[in-house]
Amino acid sequence: MLYLNYFTIFFRIGLFTIGGGYAMVPLIEAEIVDKRKWIKKEEFLDLMALSQTVPGIFAVNIAIFIGYKLRKFWGAFFMALGTIMPSFLIILAIALFFRQFQHLEPVERVFKGIRPGVVALIAAPTFKMAKTARINRYNIWIPIVSALLIWLIGFSPIYVIILSGFGGYLYGRYKRKTESHRK
Amino acid sequence: MIFLQLFYTFFKIGLFGFGGGYAMLSMIQGEVVTRHDWLSSSEFTDIVAISQMTPGPIGINSATYVGYTAVVNAGYSHGIGVLGSAIATCSVVLPSFILMILISKFFLKYQKHPVVASVFDGLRPGVVGLLASAALVLMNSENFGSDTYSIITSIAIFATVFIASHKYKVNPILLIVLCGIAGFILY
Repeated sequence: MLYLNYFTIFFRIGLFTIGGGYAMVPLIEAEIVDKRKWIKKEEFLDLMALSQTVPGIFAVNIAIFIGYKLRKFWGAFFMALGTIMPSFLIILAIALFFRQFQHLEPVERVFKGIRPGVVALIAAPTFKMAKTARINRYNIWIPIVSALLIWLIGFSPIYVIILSGFGGYLYGRYKRKTESHRK
Repeated sequence: MIFLQLFYTFFKIGLFGFGGGYAMLSMIQGEVVTRHDWLSSSEFTDIVAISQMTPGPIGINSATYVGYTAVVNAGYSHGIGVLGSAIATCSVVLPSFILMILISKFFLKYQKHPVVASVFDGLRPGVVGLLASAALVLMNSENFGSDTYSIITSIAIFATVFIASHKYKVNPILLIVLCGIAGFILY
């Protein structure tokens, strides 16, 4: 029964948040911390910070970490399943449906308008992200080179992640070494 | 074998999916459109639009949708398409699950560890590049049209939405709806 409860809590949250994972956080906090008092506020903040540093989908990561904290594997399993299910079912319904309508002339017209708008919605957060990533004249070559590699020669974004993470590791090691030499 | 490839591809996307939903979109595009050619560029853009407007995390929405479309595009039935969705969605989440169990087993103040911190210092500028590339790759004739009228209209829509979103923080769902209405009227 407890697991069913875990499932429905996150199912409800998943069902009513439009606009991505971050929109879910206040709802999860209200339900898990304030209403049910399953975990303390500080623990919740720790779990959130951890979820952000782990790869994957932020909202699902939070569900997994809270579930695991409460009831180990099955807790994580049912909370994650609850988060995923609404999206999965709704998208599946749309996918089955949309295929029959997408070639209708009015639908085509609507999507012809939407496509460049979506590209702009993807372009816009680049500049916000550049600010939080503290891009300056010494490291601006990294985003430029990686964007050009992906765009012009079809380089996989996954390699960019691997290389930049590894580069960060090497640079950090080099920095720590020179600092300890100075001391 | 498309199912095995779907599993492997989305597992990889989940495993290296740092930097939030949009960075993940860039990876999905790189793997699914550029590398495997499972969907066309405009199909991908449509999926992003629909994923934005429906409830839930954009990563899950697009994985579900891409899994379905890739399998149906490969010539399988709709029922098998549902299986494709399930595989893509489960495999994008699986790495988080495994990592979480590993982290809690060997908990060593993971996020405060100096190595983790320096890896993230390197990742951040890379993620900026990923976001930029996603937009650049999608600026093609499939999304912007090929005749002069379509191209000019598309650039106007792009510029308006970019300014509205970046400068005035207008809600993205509202923007997509307005673009749809604009498309209906202008074409």
